[in-house]
Amino acid sequence: MSKPLRAALLAAAIASAPAFAADKVKIGFLSTLSGPGAGLGVDIRDGFQLAVKSLGGKVGGLPAEVIVADDAQNPDTAKQTTEKFLKKDKVDFMTGIVFSNLMLAVGKPVFDSHTFYISANAGPSQYAGADCNPYFFNVAWQNDNLHEAVGKYVNDQGFKNVVLLAPNYPGGKDAMSGFKRFYKGKVAEEIYTKMGQLDYAAELAQVRATKPDALFFFLPGGMGINFVKQFVAAGLSKDVRLFAPGFSADEDVIKAVGAPMLGLFNSSHWAHDMDNAANKKFVADFQKEYGRLPSLYASQGYDAALLIDAAVRDSKGKLEDKAAVKKALEAAKFASVRGAFKFNSNHYPVQDYYLRLIRQDGQGRVTNKTMGTIFTQHADAYVGECKMK
Amino acid sequence: MKKLVEPLLLAAAVALPFLLAATGNEFYTGMATRVMIFGLAATALNLIVGYGGMVAFGHAAFFGLGAYGVAILMQHGVTSAWIAWPAAVALAALAALGVGLVSLRTRGVYFIMITLAFAQMLYYLVLSLKNYGGDDGLPLANRSTLAPLDLGSDTGFYLVTLAVLAAALFAMKRLAASRFGSALAGIRQNETRMEALGYPVFGLKLACFVIGGAVAGLAGALMANQHGMASPNLLYWTQSGMLLVMVILGGVGHRYGGLIGAVVLLGLEEVLAGVTDHANLGVGLFLLAVVSFAPRGIAGLLPKGSRE
Amino acid sequence: MSQLILEQALNGLQFGLMLFLLAAGLTLVFGIMDMINLSHGSLYMGGAYFAAAAAQASGSFAVGILAAVAGMALVGTLLELAVLRHFYKRDHLSQVLATFALILIANELVRMVWGPQPMMLNPPEALSGPVEILGFFYPAYRLLIIGVGLAVALFLYLLVAKTRVGMWVRAGAANREMTEAMGVNVRRLFTAIFALGAALCAIAGALLGPLLAVQVGMGENILILAFVVIVIGGIGSIRGALVGSLLVGVGDTLGRALLPTLLRSVASSEVASNLGPALASILIYALMAAVLFWKPQGLFPARG
Repeated sequence: MSKPLRAALLAAAIASAPAFAADKVKIGFLSTLSGPGAGLGVDIRDGFQLAVKSLGGKVGGLPAEVIVADDAQNPDTAKQTTEKFLKKDKVDFMTGIVFSNLMLAVGKPVFDSHTFYISANAGPSQYAGADCNPYFFNVAWQNDNLHEAVGKYVNDQGFKNVVLLAPNYPGGKDAMSGFKRFYKGKVAEEIYTKMGQLDYAAELAQVRATKPDALFFFLPGGMGINFVKQFVAAGLSKDVRLFAPGFSADEDVIKAVGAPMLGLFNSSHWAHDMDNAANKKFVADFQKEYGRLPSLYASQGYDAALLIDAAVRDSKGKLEDKAAVKKALEAAKFASVRGAFKFNSNHYPVQDYYLRLIRQDGQGRVTNKTMGTIFTQHADAYVGECKMK
Repeated sequence: MKKLVEPLLLAAAVALPFLLAATGNEFYTGMATRVMIFGLAATALNLIVGYGGMVAFGHAAFFGLGAYGVAILMQHGVTSAWIAWPAAVALAALAALGVGLVSLRTRGVYFIMITLAFAQMLYYLVLSLKNYGGDDGLPLANRSTLAPLDLGSDTGFYLVTLAVLAAALFAMKRLAASRFGSALAGIRQNETRMEALGYPVFGLKLACFVIGGAVAGLAGALMANQHGMASPNLLYWTQSGMLLVMVILGGVGHRYGGLIGAVVLLGLEEVLAGVTDHANLGVGLFLLAVVSFAPRGIAGLLPKGSRE
Repeated sequence: MSQLILEQALNGLQFGLMLFLLAAGLTLVFGIMDMINLSHGSLYMGGAYFAAAAAQASGSFAVGILAAVAGMALVGTLLELAVLRHFYKRDHLSQVLATFALILIANELVRMVWGPQPMMLNPPEALSGPVEILGFFYPAYRLLIIGVGLAVALFLYLLVAKTRVGMWVRAGAANREMTEAMGVNVRRLFTAIFALGAALCAIAGALLGPLLAVQVGMGENILILAFVVIVIGGIGSIRGALVGSLLVGVGDTLGRALLPTLLRSVASSEVASNLGPALASILIYALMAAVLFWKPQGLFPARG
């Protein structure tokens, strides 16, 4: 469908929509809850449900029905469940997807059905640029952002010979381009691994042979856990400095790997030690509810629920009035746990990015500490290509 | 009475999407289409296993290639089903010809294993095609167009799928009654004798294998349209296993075996998934029970008169 | 460069030996009982879960391995007695259906007991670092795996080549009816072989657990490789399984490691890292097809 035609149809749909307030809000939560990436989806889910719970089981004052499903990190399953959410459950919002390849697989049917997708994680460059869509909002970041921050830090620290390693999927490609946008030294090698790969013996041997001074890796979930363990076991930590985005250096990985993570610098738009009221409440509630520290994924799930809450409230529950909901989402009137938050014209965040260091805190826990700010009010590189309708 | 069963079932199948639409259950139209597509793929496999007597463990490859045929052509701007679907069928048939030429020189478990090997090769080949999606699969921008019919609506696509399936089942009936069919039956019973009688045994088996592959390719073309993408998982060995399970479950060598297997297996999955998170436990136990107590599959349990 | 190849060869050896543990049981069951057992991978998964659970409960990796071996030998025995022995005389189609059903059941049972998320299994603390061999550092834990793999291979060789039971096994693989006629209690022999196969799977699952992830469905990927191995080696032959495992293990690892590097000189790194592993996998299956075509009995035929 051509863009003008789509806009015309959207306008027609809005004009003809009966603007009654809904009696409840249905949210389809599809995420990775099994397999090596499960830790991420579970954290997003727990964060999301914590927010809904703290709102008294309501969003925007209406009872919330959250339908949770597992995509098994499989595009087929994701597509089938999305079909069910849209046609059988007729959800008002969708959220939860972790991995960009799944996001890109389900985006079209979601947007075609004029259902708002609130991404609590996946931020593919496609949807930030040329394929940006009025029905897509990302409340986390654009995929490149955290990697850009690490790239800048690694560059500023004077590293000159770096190996990059990421899984071969859209998020991995965004990671590499993000890092290279701000790192100006030599890239000794770019290694793409198979998504879901768990044994890195071959890649580590290659790293050893390349002799870089630093290694930047982006391996979310179980992949990163295995990689760091095997990196240490291979004895590479003596010669090669590790750098990672916050994804590969947050509580899920730290809990599994432990002490070998100490001293790892990483980047994030959020940290559990950030000093604002919303975050203090979130971190305390999360620990009380689940008995563990939240990860950045959990914070994103939490914020996604708060954003939906704000959108339903500000559109006065008239969920059929797509233009009103869109406007309310764009305004994003909620207290984000990361502090200041606003959407860019492509529905991706403009926000600060921080440097974190994994070390032992006062209570003897191995955890992240915020060290400083890398970027302030940073947008993504693709917004210029977006002609948002 | 027996003569009426098939027309009645067909009429019910035609009425189904309208009934679902009238009751606000459109979602199940897509589900039913999916079941029919798997039924078609399993029927194609049943032709090879049940009629041709060749236990092929790589049928998903042809199914998947059909899907990729449509998706790849669409990526290059070919949206017409009149071109893309025959091309997908041709692609699958060609692959089946290649695989068959080599594999049919082996017997028994070696045939099982070599078809598995070829299917896995094609699976990894598809995975390596990053321009066509790689591990993520290749999405279709839209459904194929089949002027003057409308595939865009779920009901329209359902009816086209039903027509294809019905035609395939009818062709299966004609084929079983033909000289080709009786020659296959003879080969199944005693290959050496047929060879001695001067039948081109290898050629007949190869023809059967290629036809089965081609029909699976057509099922794949439909699948890509139903699912909105061609996925490498369609070629993975567990998918081959699933198709084989459908055939055995429904009834090896029974005209409706593949369809019955698909309906029962996918239906059971859906029903159980509605009541428990552990649907596969029930499915597994059910399959185990069938293979233990009904060795000829569900079709073997049907009243005698309905058997072919 | 030579050091890189040496390190990759060691990785390949490590992977190959683990494949051998899986293939050894599979080839005996396939060769002697003429049984296609698709659920062999589930035994591997079960072993990994038993090991992870026992290691977590006891805090000791060794206890985990022992529990896995004992537990899976028991599970294997029960499975053989309750289900599989009824399918030895059935056709291959029925065996495929029955054992496919067992995969579904096993995966779901594991999910019910241990949940959908992977379990953590850490190598023993003492082995979590590197050791220096031949002038470079190599993970101590991978050396342990190689050591255990070689020890088990030696044990199996002695068992099959030097003992009375081994003689029965060899006789059974070559000609089952004849062995039965000579008065060997085949039923008990079958049960014992199956239990042994399950125990070997458990060792592989427990040892690979810390390197991979202990998760539902882990058996399916490796099962097919095990089938490739036994077809290349010759169904029913332990020696064939060893050679096949090493061919596949080293071939896969070297292919995965070296092909992208080679391809990178002619294509972009993204294309190369895509094509390389796929080509390595395709080559392995092509090898299998070639063996089936020219030497269907495998490189070391068990049947005379």
